Amino acid sequence: MTHPKRPPIDSRWVLERKDFNGLFEALAGRGYAVIGPTVRDAAIVYEEIQSDQDLPEGWTDEQEAGRYRLKPRPDRKLFGYNVGPHSWKRWLNPPSVRLWRARREGGGFAVAPETERPPRVAFLGVRPCELRAIEIQDKVFMGGGYKDDIYKSRRDSLFIVAVQCGQAGGTCFCVSMKTGPKSNGGFDLALTEVLESGRHYFLLEVGTARGAEVAGEVACVPAGKHQRQAAEARVMEAVSQMGRTMDTSDLRGLFYRNAEHPRWEETAARCLLCANCTMACPTCFCTTVEDTTDLTGERAERRRTWDSCFSADFSYLHGGSVRFSPKSRYRQWITHKLAAWFDQFGTSGCVGCGRCITWCPAAIDITEEVRAIRKGDSGKKE
Amino acid sequence: MPKKRPKLAVWKFASCDGCQLSLLDCEDELLAVAGAVEIAYFPEASRAVAKGPYDLSLVEGSITTPHDAERIHRIRRQSKFLVSIGACATSGGIQALRNFKNVKEFVSIVYASPGYIHTLNKSTPIADHIAVDFELRGCPVSKVQLLELVNALLNGRKPNIGNQSVCVGCKARGAVCVMVARGAPCLGPVTQEGCGAICPAYDRGCYGCFGPKESPNTGSLSERWGVLGVDKKGRVRAFRGFNAYADAFRRESEANER
Repeated sequence: MTHPKRPPIDSRWVLERKDFNGLFEALAGRGYAVIGPTVRDAAIVYEEIQSDQDLPEGWTDEQEAGRYRLKPRPDRKLFGYNVGPHSWKRWLNPPSVRLWRARREGGGFAVAPETERPPRVAFLGVRPCELRAIEIQDKVFMGGGYKDDIYKSRRDSLFIVAVQCGQAGGTCFCVSMKTGPKSNGGFDLALTEVLESGRHYFLLEVGTARGAEVAGEVACVPAGKHQRQAAEARVMEAVSQMGRTMDTSDLRGLFYRNAEHPRWEETAARCLLCANCTMACPTCFCTTVEDTTDLTGERAERRRTWDSCFSADFSYLHGGSVRFSPKSRYRQWITHKLAAWFDQFGTSGCVGCGRCITWCPAAIDITEEVRAIRKGDSGKKE
Repeated sequence: MPKKRPKLAVWKFASCDGCQLSLLDCEDELLAVAGAVEIAYFPEASRAVAKGPYDLSLVEGSITTPHDAERIHRIRRQSKFLVSIGACATSGGIQALRNFKNVKEFVSIVYASPGYIHTLNKSTPIADHIAVDFELRGCPVSKVQLLELVNALLNGRKPNIGNQSVCVGCKARGAVCVMVARGAPCLGPVTQEGCGAICPAYDRGCYGCFGPKESPNTGSLSERWGVLGVDKKGRVRAFRGFNAYADAFRRESEANER
């Protein structure tokens, strides 16, 4: 049976593994560069990929605090891994981007705004926690009175193929943060990978009209009750495998009450102030701007680059850094992420992806920190 | 009337000349630099010598002899801006390994007539002897940073040279953390960025060529190296590289000796 040219939104289909490349072809046909998971440098990273040959077929990972190991898996799953070192913000809010260029003219200078259009990009393999992270960054960059054009232009043309999680890693805690392992929206298309009794297929969910157009070009058949249930069972497996948990009750109050807590000094003694957590975090968004000139002083440009609250320069005001001690920097990061974010953006800044735990070279664990702060909570009600 | 070009001088102390070569290695930009400044004193590049005072002095190398300890003061007096360049000039360099030993013993073993050798007990950075306007780290310095420094000075602006960790450079280029993904001991989390995270991008740990970053937590990193299987002796060696005598690295290597 063939399917309609425009499958309805919310409809579910079955895409066989052998037909998976059809998805790449449909996306390429619409002018999208596909960014997706691939094995590189002993990890599953996100970068531009061309076909299913580039996907991490048969690979998985083991994750613990400060530890990531790429491992072969016994089956041929394409998405049988947990989130890796990269996050999608790399393409929506690039590590370094030019804001404008200027040329000296007479006594002043003329500014040429940046006109280069970002590439049309499709993300393949966005996990539910990552969808939530993108939603949070949407709020940060486009939600208030000021829209960020750099982010917005990339976001507007973005096509998202989500992948629901069929497993969880050692540092995952999306169940605690209510961000996964299944997402019901925020994607154009969503896939759930199923491998059962020799059959390898994907349950394909249509999320948007744009998604429907792409789905219409991919060979698939309507999903039956069995396939829907099989996909649901995979998600339940992921729920049962969460490596971490976080008690999220009154996080905001907890951190505001405990600005002074002995734990801060203990963690500061371990914290390397290296900024890895903020760079790996899919919601951390801070940037700085720097101006450069050419040698003749005739041309100048302004660039925006990733920055981190773990550096002294980040809080440098006239005369010095406001947050000079390691303790104040770590406290700033976690208090913003888990508490002040609610005041600023109406949500938690943490989606439970576990990156800050895995990619911390000192193995500092955000869930452990919350437990420790709770333990000595100075304002705890009896 | 043509604008008077600022005078540039490049001075050498105890060093391998590698940092001076970084300036000559600027290939594409070298002509632009030569056009923007008057290269007044640069024996590595030209025999032509113009008298001081100089607008910018780049000083390579560490102070290791009584004669050099005098000479650096004369250079300071002739220089408007003085920038020490490279690990030798900013921390004492690899030759600062002598600082952990008895130099007299070396001299007596190495030289047939030790009486001719006039050397100091310690190899020390330029800033230990005179006021330095800026320090450019690295073994060798990065030509990008060197150009940025000259450029900033010519245009009267602050150089965009940060003091964050190598990790920031790793993440910016999308390199995978070698410490986390491979268990490779890496000095990146305590080392200042500037090289563009070259070593981790080629699957090995950072050697710390750019010296300690701002607020380096060497004790915590050292402990993690222990977890990764590097014993105390190995940690002493790691912190005693090109920046062995930089304060934070020196203290950490000494702590691991105890």
